[in-house]
Amino acid sequence: MQFSFHDSATDPSSPTASGMTPALRVKDLAFYYGSQKAIESVSMDIYQGQVTAIIGPSGCGKSTFLKALNRISELEGTVRVEGQVEFFGQNIYSRQVNLNRLRRQIGMVFQKPNPFPISIYDNVAYGVRVYSRPSRASLDETVESALKSAALWSEVKDNLNKSALGLSGGQQQRLCIARALAVKPKILLMDEPCSALDPIATMKIEELIDHLRQELTIAIVTHNMQQASRVSQYTAFFSTDESRIGQLIEFGSTAQIFMEASQPRTRDYVEGRFG
Amino acid sequence: MKETSITQELYRPLSPARTAFSRGMTTIAFLLSGLALLPLLAILFEILRQGIPNLKWEVLTSLPAPVGMEGVPSGFANAIVGTVIMVGIASLISIPVGVLTAIYLAEFSKGSPIAHLIRFVVTVLSGVPSIVVGVFAYAVVVLTFKGFSAFAGGFALSVIMLPIVILATEEALKLVPTSLRLASSALGASRFQTVFRVTIATALPGITTGVLLAVARAAGETAPLLFTALFSQNWFEGLTSPTASLSVLIYNYASSAYAEQNTLAWTASLILVGIVLLVNIASRIVTSNRFKIR
Repeated sequence: MQFSFHDSATDPSSPTASGMTPALRVKDLAFYYGSQKAIESVSMDIYQGQVTAIIGPSGCGKSTFLKALNRISELEGTVRVEGQVEFFGQNIYSRQVNLNRLRRQIGMVFQKPNPFPISIYDNVAYGVRVYSRPSRASLDETVESALKSAALWSEVKDNLNKSALGLSGGQQQRLCIARALAVKPKILLMDEPCSALDPIATMKIEELIDHLRQELTIAIVTHNMQQASRVSQYTAFFSTDESRIGQLIEFGSTAQIFMEASQPRTRDYVEGRFG
Repeated sequence: MKETSITQELYRPLSPARTAFSRGMTTIAFLLSGLALLPLLAILFEILRQGIPNLKWEVLTSLPAPVGMEGVPSGFANAIVGTVIMVGIASLISIPVGVLTAIYLAEFSKGSPIAHLIRFVVTVLSGVPSIVVGVFAYAVVVLTFKGFSAFAGGFALSVIMLPIVILATEEALKLVPTSLRLASSALGASRFQTVFRVTIATALPGITTGVLLAVARAAGETAPLLFTALFSQNWFEGLTSPTASLSVLIYNYASSAYAEQNTLAWTASLILVGIVLLVNIASRIVTSNRFKIR
């Protein structure tokens, strides 16, 4: 597969108006489940090294949008996509794309913690072993550094061979983050990662997100507006009207969306007047 | 309407008719469950009563003695060996074929018409009377190779086991949460890697249970062996020779005119039930591990 950074019309490596490099550039995306249109005409950038929050009322297509970014939704049924999503200039919906490589670069953390029913160590090592046969020493190192990045190492370092199902919900979610980090993705998609967790576990994950930003790009779907304002630098507000088709209403820096949104619907939502 | 105070509402009994109906139905349900248990307990009791007196070490280690011989150790070790060998052959055929078929149905077919056809055929196969399977194996293997054999018996038993293995394995695979498959794919694993490293590993206890139940079922089948493995008074002589089995031994000796053979049939029943029970217990232990946290 040969892709050059400079063959597309818009050069993605050049800084945009905001001075940021887009890791993902979404152009006029429409998404269908079967014949049902779920989202339409979404265009936005997800900037490298930044946290982008995706907020909006239930059923506005924010999870659908997120799952379209690493094509994981294709495993859940028949889907159809119009428009483009570019990962550093490469259209991820191109026919030449190798889905396994794509998902390795764009990892995902799901709403409900979903550790494999195997040991903590094997959970983190899973993604690495899928690709290579690392030596025990280098695998140990990868597992340790992934668990440290996910702020879980000190809690589990003596129990690496115990079942992951014995961890608490918050620990399981951090394990899932560690598992995703172990394959060193460029982008991490998080689909309401805290919705099943208590406030303390949520706080830990929020701190973690802020830390991880130094190394990778994060897109996070959340129901919780305080969370969006705390963790993100950019915010996209999705909503829907009578058509039940999700749309991107407004995209901008988080400060702008929460303080001086240009769309009345965005203002109503962030101020808690609907949704 | 009778005036009742809200302060007494929770202490008021239900109407006598409702109470009586409830008690009556509970009693009937209890009695009928007892009735359902009765045949099983009666069978176990009779087998134990008739089988235990003759349960000596020698029945497990020696050949059936010729009728009329006194003071010679008599047993059915050859039948135990034969049953184990033929069930083993059946497992070697039906487990790989069955498990891989189930993997195709549950993981790769995506509701294609072929998958529906396969599932339908397998369901029909699971309902085919075992005597018909025996005749089929007779026509396919015994007539082709011109002789009764352990292999023909194992083949017939594998046809009995196949649908059980397929249906149980498919159910076990369907129980694996989709979230685990998504998690694996999101780490860049291919479909094949996901199936073999995550789905099957997670479903393994369920698959094992299905396989063990199929083994237990095959061990108890008589009809498929009557036309295929026949019977033998001798030790196991190879895969191409007629071979003894516990179920056929019971069938032959239970209707025999000689009392000592009748006794042997009861003891063989005890051993066969014991083997099936052990396999079932093993499957229970494996299943219960599914919910345990290591």
